Amino acid sequence: MKFVCLGYIDASMWESLPKEEAEKAMEDCMAYDNELRKGGHFAGGGALAAPQNGVTLRHQNGQVRVTDGPFIETKEQIGGILLLEARDLNHAIQLMSKHPGVRMGPFEIRPADEAMNLQILEISERLAKEASAT
Amino acid sequence: MVDEDRPDIRQFVDELYRTESRRVFATLVRLLSDFDLAEEAMHEAFTSAFVKWQEEGIPQNPRAWLVSTGRFKAIDTIRRRVRFDESLGEIARRLDDEKDQFAAIDEENIEDDRLRLIFTCCHPAIPPNAQVALTLREVCGLRTEEIASAFLTTPPTIAQRIVRGKQKIRDAGIPFEVPTIPQMPQRLDSVLSVIYLVFNEGYSASSGETVTRHDLSEEAIRLGRLLVQLLPDTEAIGLLALMLIQESRRLARTSASGDIILLEDQDRSLWVLPYIAEGAELVQQALKTRRFGVYTIQAAIAAVHAEAQTPEDTDWAQIIALYDVLSRIEPSPVVDLNRAVAIAMRDGPEAGLTLIDDILAEGTLSEYHLAHAARADLCRRMGNTVDAVNAYRRALELAKQEPERRFLEGRLKQLS
Repeated sequence: MKFVCLGYIDASMWESLPKEEAEKAMEDCMAYDNELRKGGHFAGGGALAAPQNGVTLRHQNGQVRVTDGPFIETKEQIGGILLLEARDLNHAIQLMSKHPGVRMGPFEIRPADEAMNLQILEISERLAKEASAT
Repeated sequence: MVDEDRPDIRQFVDELYRTESRRVFATLVRLLSDFDLAEEAMHEAFTSAFVKWQEEGIPQNPRAWLVSTGRFKAIDTIRRRVRFDESLGEIARRLDDEKDQFAAIDEENIEDDRLRLIFTCCHPAIPPNAQVALTLREVCGLRTEEIASAFLTTPPTIAQRIVRGKQKIRDAGIPFEVPTIPQMPQRLDSVLSVIYLVFNEGYSASSGETVTRHDLSEEAIRLGRLLVQLLPDTEAIGLLALMLIQESRRLARTSASGDIILLEDQDRSLWVLPYIAEGAELVQQALKTRRFGVYTIQAAIAAVHAEAQTPEDTDWAQIIALYDVLSRIEPSPVVDLNRAVAIAMRDGPEAGLTLIDDILAEGTLSEYHLAHAARADLCRRMGNTVDAVNAYRRALELAKQEPERRFLEGRLKQLS
């Protein structure tokens, strides 16, 4: 099964860390990601730039409006995502609970919606067929 | 090394995974004293088998190869991960100390490992609902999502139970071992009740008979067989017999629309005879030991019912005698109620009604819908419609399961 793991982090806490500590934390995370790769559990992912470097799109009054970063009133923002391949939810919990990232902020584990993804795949294949037929 | 056709390796390893992975896992749990490490090591060993056996052929003893490969993989993993998790250092030291690692994977030990695992997952220190979830996942190899759908709950609920159960095993230092003789009866009770709970979850018509729930009963029977094979205790044999005979009636118990069909109205040609035969034989085997308990007696009662060609052929005297034994071993108002119903079948509804009214007056079962339904049925057979209707109404007020409610409503309709 595929799981999407969302790692949250408090940016001000992260910035206040001494340089060595921050570097060690990053290295630990990378090393653990390699552990996951070795076992065939790492299916992609990476760190995200700070929310202030992002924008939010909204559909309003028939137009798309662009605003600054996500407006979330929490200190913890998504700092990285990881795609995980695991046998079941408990296996995913086992793998992620040893991830050093969990010490820096909460990790949310969400199963991929396999049924929905299958539907998406079928529709996209049909559209591709129709496109090539014309 | 055995010479094999290479393309068949994938199939061979898949088949081996199906038949051996739980055994390999159980042994690794003993060697590593850690569920999570063992699970990972087991998967790595199978992955490695697929690659290595392509190159080198299949070893003489694949299971032993998988166990020792799993053990080596775990040692590697632990060494790499000590930086993330200091607690692993302890396990690493213990594994390094084990000079005699090959003795650890001899055949006899491996057979016992599954029994160790069952007793660990069903340890009384673990909350009962976690015992069930752990047993199904770790002993039977079901996925969390499968267990959740069988128990009509969400994967996170089951996942948390499993995590809590494993934490309890770690924190309480529950050892991976088969209990000693003095502890055995109490510990075995715990195992039997987990297996029977799994069976009943799949058997009860609490929410329509979905395929997954049927699988739970099959899984419980498989577990029962495994237990009898590893530990031929009388009550384990009795429980297996009880489950087989109950399972034999699955198709006859409900109509196509999911309505309950009572034992006396069932189409007996739908009963699965091989299950009944095997169950009856196990009952005989258990009764011979003279050390039987409640599961064996219940199985014996089920066997008497199952061996009657028609409802009229039922040996009620024998059933009453068995209920008498049951209430001596473990007295309970529910046993009294079943005994009263059997007496009504042998001696007529009046005799049964007197007993049921005594049981209801005693009070423990006054909120139990089946007591009122039984009373209603006897009144109905005596032609006492007013009392029957009142008792059915009371039963309907108390019944929660949809099929049972439909059944009671049907009876009320017939009478009014």
